[in-house]
Amino acid sequence: MGLFGYLFVWFTLLLALCLQVMPLPDAWLVWRPDWLGVLLAYWCVATPQRVGVIHGFVLGLLLDLIEGAPLGQNALTLSLLAYLFLLLYQRFRVYSIWQQAVLVFVLLGIGQLVEQWLRTIFGPVSVSLEFLIPALIGALLWPWLFTMMQAVRRRLGIG
Amino acid sequence: MRPIKPLFSYGPVPTYRMLLCAVLAFGLMFAEHRFSAVESARSHMTSIVAPIQWLVSLPSEGVRWGAMAFSDKQSLIDENGRLREQLLTLSNRVQRMASLTAENVHLRELLHAPNPDDVPYITAELLSLDSDPFTQQMVINRGRRDGVYIGQPVMDASGLIGQVVSVSAYTSRVLMVADANHAVPVEINRNGLRFIAQGTGQLDTLDIPSVPATADIREGDLLVTSGLGGRFPQGYPVARVTEVKRESSQAFMEVTAEPIAQPERSRYFLLLFPPSPPDASGLGDPESMARQIVWPGDPAHPDAHRVSEAALKAALRLQAEGAP
Repeated sequence: MGLFGYLFVWFTLLLALCLQVMPLPDAWLVWRPDWLGVLLAYWCVATPQRVGVIHGFVLGLLLDLIEGAPLGQNALTLSLLAYLFLLLYQRFRVYSIWQQAVLVFVLLGIGQLVEQWLRTIFGPVSVSLEFLIPALIGALLWPWLFTMMQAVRRRLGIG
Repeated sequence: MRPIKPLFSYGPVPTYRMLLCAVLAFGLMFAEHRFSAVESARSHMTSIVAPIQWLVSLPSEGVRWGAMAFSDKQSLIDENGRLREQLLTLSNRVQRMASLTAENVHLRELLHAPNPDDVPYITAELLSLDSDPFTQQMVINRGRRDGVYIGQPVMDASGLIGQVVSVSAYTSRVLMVADANHAVPVEINRNGLRFIAQGTGQLDTLDIPSVPATADIREGDLLVTSGLGGRFPQGYPVARVTEVKRESSQAFMEVTAEPIAQPERSRYFLLLFPPSPPDASGLGDPESMARQIVWPGDPAHPDAHRVSEAALKAALRLQAEGAP
């Protein structure tokens, strides 16, 4: 992967970050898919030797700064997510695409759960199972996103 | 015989990097919790992400602009008419205000009470509402360059929105009264009873805890800032009581209220600069506590200056004499 490939990876990740923080009406917020988590997962699975924990950490820090969360909260969550996907990327190579989606749901759900725990440490929040919805929608998007990104990646010759 | 080439030839699982990141992240969280230096470092780093904040606010700006560009003549005429009507009502009120203010000044002079100054303000525009469903915050387009400071009260056209919690060079973040982490001292406009209004995490509900079962509070009561604590100036509308649940077996009532400000609809806000309370950091414990409650120059208690100074000195002298 050359310089162009790296730029492309960061471009897509920053695009996902923008989607993640795009302002939405209050009622729609819980229905926003976990864009950053899904895209980070894709790059960890597709190019595990290039994209990993550090990428998650840096993106998480940026997200913390934008959202005003305690510095390090999203950084920890996203680096943990990257780590989990790096542990399991070999399975993704043998799973069918819907099996992959289920695994993505489980891992994103773990990430969201850790984030909720960190939130409860830092202050009172109203906890409900709604926090799993972004993970679920992200997992439902996975097959299309995966197929599309693979096609784009082949076309551009990255990885 | 050559060894079989492994199917996956990548390096070991990056456990060390994960551990490093986890330690770093926990270190950051702890440091931010404990040391104020991180706070200022953070406000500088927030300037890095300002381009992203600006970029993501573009689509909604575009939609707003598009809606205005393509809205038909009739709706513009309607809006114009409505605004004219509002202008008439408001100017009528302003005329009455002028005479009332003059009368108030006159009465205060008769009583030899100092006149409260007008609270200066600057206007600000909304950059983005919070993208996180579990907190109620927003980002506005005024920052350290405009003199914004942490703890500054923020209003919209109808009532109190919240206070500034972090400031960067060009933007600042506002914690709304409805956030679960926010509480504001209030009093009932009708009879001056004082309470605390706590956020619940839902935009349309505030909690009023610890209301005695005998308190005179009714549905529809207007709650205004009481000015206690010295952070919010006195007399700005905060919420209207929506529900009072009285149970004869309980010592306290359950009271909920609805905020008057409309953060979901407002785009323009006022940042107030109330006269600052005196610095209490160099004073002893009892005195600093007393000064936090009533401070000289407080527009809420114009004549509190003489009373509290004298009372404070007497109390402190008594305490000094009484102590062995």
